[in-house]
Amino acid sequence: MIVRGGERVLVQGITGKQGTYWTERMQAYGTRIVAGVNPKKAGTRHCGVPVYASASDAMRETGFDVSVLFIPPLGVKAAAQDAIEAGCARLVVLTEHVPVQDVMELLAMARANSAAIVGPNTAGLVTPGECFVGFMPAFEADVFRPGRVGVISRSGSLGTLICLNLAQAGFGQSAFIGIGGDPIVGTTTRDALQVLDADERTDAVVVIGEIGGTMEEDAAEYARDMAKPVVAFIAGAASPPDKKMGHAGAIVMGDKGTYASKRTALETAGVAVLDTPSEVGRAVRVALG
Amino acid sequence: MNFEEHAAKPLLQAAGIAIPRGQLARSASEAEAAAAALGVPVVVKAQVPTGKRGKSGGIRAADDPRAAREAASAILGMEIAGHRVASVLVEERVQIATEYYAAVLNDAVSKGPLVMVSSDGGIDVEEIAASKPDRPRQAPVDILQGFDLAAARAMLGGLGLGSDEEPLAETLVALYRAYRDNDAELLEVNPLARLADGRLVALDCKFVLDDSGIQRRRDLASTGSPETLTTLEARGHNLGLRYIELDGDIGVFANGAGLTMTTMDVIAHHGGRPANFLEIGGAAYTKARPALELVLDNPKVNCLLVNFCGAFARTDVMTAGLLDAWEALKPTIPVFFSVRGTGSAEAQAMLRERLGVTPFETMDLAIVAAIGAARDARATQ
Repeated sequence: MIVRGGERVLVQGITGKQGTYWTERMQAYGTRIVAGVNPKKAGTRHCGVPVYASASDAMRETGFDVSVLFIPPLGVKAAAQDAIEAGCARLVVLTEHVPVQDVMELLAMARANSAAIVGPNTAGLVTPGECFVGFMPAFEADVFRPGRVGVISRSGSLGTLICLNLAQAGFGQSAFIGIGGDPIVGTTTRDALQVLDADERTDAVVVIGEIGGTMEEDAAEYARDMAKPVVAFIAGAASPPDKKMGHAGAIVMGDKGTYASKRTALETAGVAVLDTPSEVGRAVRVALG
Repeated sequence: MNFEEHAAKPLLQAAGIAIPRGQLARSASEAEAAAAALGVPVVVKAQVPTGKRGKSGGIRAADDPRAAREAASAILGMEIAGHRVASVLVEERVQIATEYYAAVLNDAVSKGPLVMVSSDGGIDVEEIAASKPDRPRQAPVDILQGFDLAAARAMLGGLGLGSDEEPLAETLVALYRAYRDNDAELLEVNPLARLADGRLVALDCKFVLDDSGIQRRRDLASTGSPETLTTLEARGHNLGLRYIELDGDIGVFANGAGLTMTTMDVIAHHGGRPANFLEIGGAAYTKARPALELVLDNPKVNCLLVNFCGAFARTDVMTAGLLDAWEALKPTIPVFFSVRGTGSAEAQAMLRERLGVTPFETMDLAIVAAIGAARDARATQ
């Protein structure tokens, strides 16, 4: 999922501390925030935009293309349902620690209404030079600059490092897609790869994966038939099994989700897998010939 | 969060699935009394949050209270897969006619619940899957529709279950309800036994509570088994820090889960060994001092690697926190820095001024230097 500069963004939970802080930064960068939601503050204005009781009200009054949720874990399901029922086709769910059965419910609601979800547990999306949605520091010129490399990441901190290394090597980004660190996420590595494959502004893709689950193996299947080069780094090679490494999704159980399985699948598909994030600039240069 | 059998089985019972009569015992004499109260031959089962209890000798049959006492005294204190046995479940022994397997779990592939059932119960599900690829039967569930008797019957059709089919279908529906009611990540009954007298009874139960569900299942979580932690890990847990002790000698201090894992990977890639996972990002950087103490109190640590890469947490703020802690604790081990991203210029100035060091240009260079220092420290020990 890529958000373009002119698209209208709704912020659910706009009046909270995080919602306020990041709304101001998104606005300063150029993201077109059109409204916010907080049932208790409906009718007021915040960060220069109207606050509504629900996403449905916002849809009726201002309309919007994308909604981003700054909502505590147990409120996420209802907030997402509100946005989906309002007709929102794209949602960015930043929250960590949303109960997994709630996630499955909101993803099912999204599927039934042909809406796409990014996250949960993501730092969001960046389209350098145009806008960002979430809390990636798009405004850091050392990290993000317009370019033609698409980046997909399960981690915000590691995604930042990879983008920094790319920028230092002279590569800007066409889009950064933070898919999130949870075991079940709306947009998978493969989904994001498909989006960047179809994106005319993207020449190459960097996939930042981690141990746990089978998203990288699944993405490898798609990468095999891609004309655009793909470079990958998978975090967790040195992590002990059966331990959650910070992200709820980053856990090896039995022989599922191992580093070896992911690396083999990607390499078999012709993807260059890096030993360290420091190699990313060189690898992309080689891949682009 | 994992649960022991005795804490998991009541969830089944509440959903209408039969379980054997039983009693928890924390000593051999309690086990004897429990067997006497039940008044029938029993099984004495080690209570640990892991499988493979039978293979480890953690499950024993006893015909009378005295035998139950002996079985309990043999089992209590055993170590099974790293867990010391502190209690046993004394249960009536039943006559098994057929064993089934049933489970409901969160499935990342279908992004919804998955119901699984097999007529080969009693052994590991991995073994079932390996020996008979068409088993267990699996049914992805539309979580908005739920899982009803019709769905259960459809799933069981053609398995040749005869008169067991209807009670099994009812049990699957009840199991799904228990899974939904308790924020389960996994709820598994193995074996689900049909007894000689025709009843369907859950003889064992594995329940894993979704860690993100704990916030709304506090009462339930209080009956679960907290993760087994080392002394240092327990300290980290109490501080609200995710700290995992590893067996290397390079202390790791980094921000963000992905970056911290990667720091460990790159240390290993260059031939070093990390001493810990410690994520200090987000709001956790305000705990720099107790976090640094935690890393340094691991006696294996002989140098420290600091790897900050600013996302939304500023690296100068994190660096200031670390420097305050460093100056207060005055450690004597060498420290190596890589600080990049938001606020890194300010952080670098601070490090030069207060510690007289310059951060390395990349994490790899800092790591290679740390590995060298760790090697030197080992050589002089």
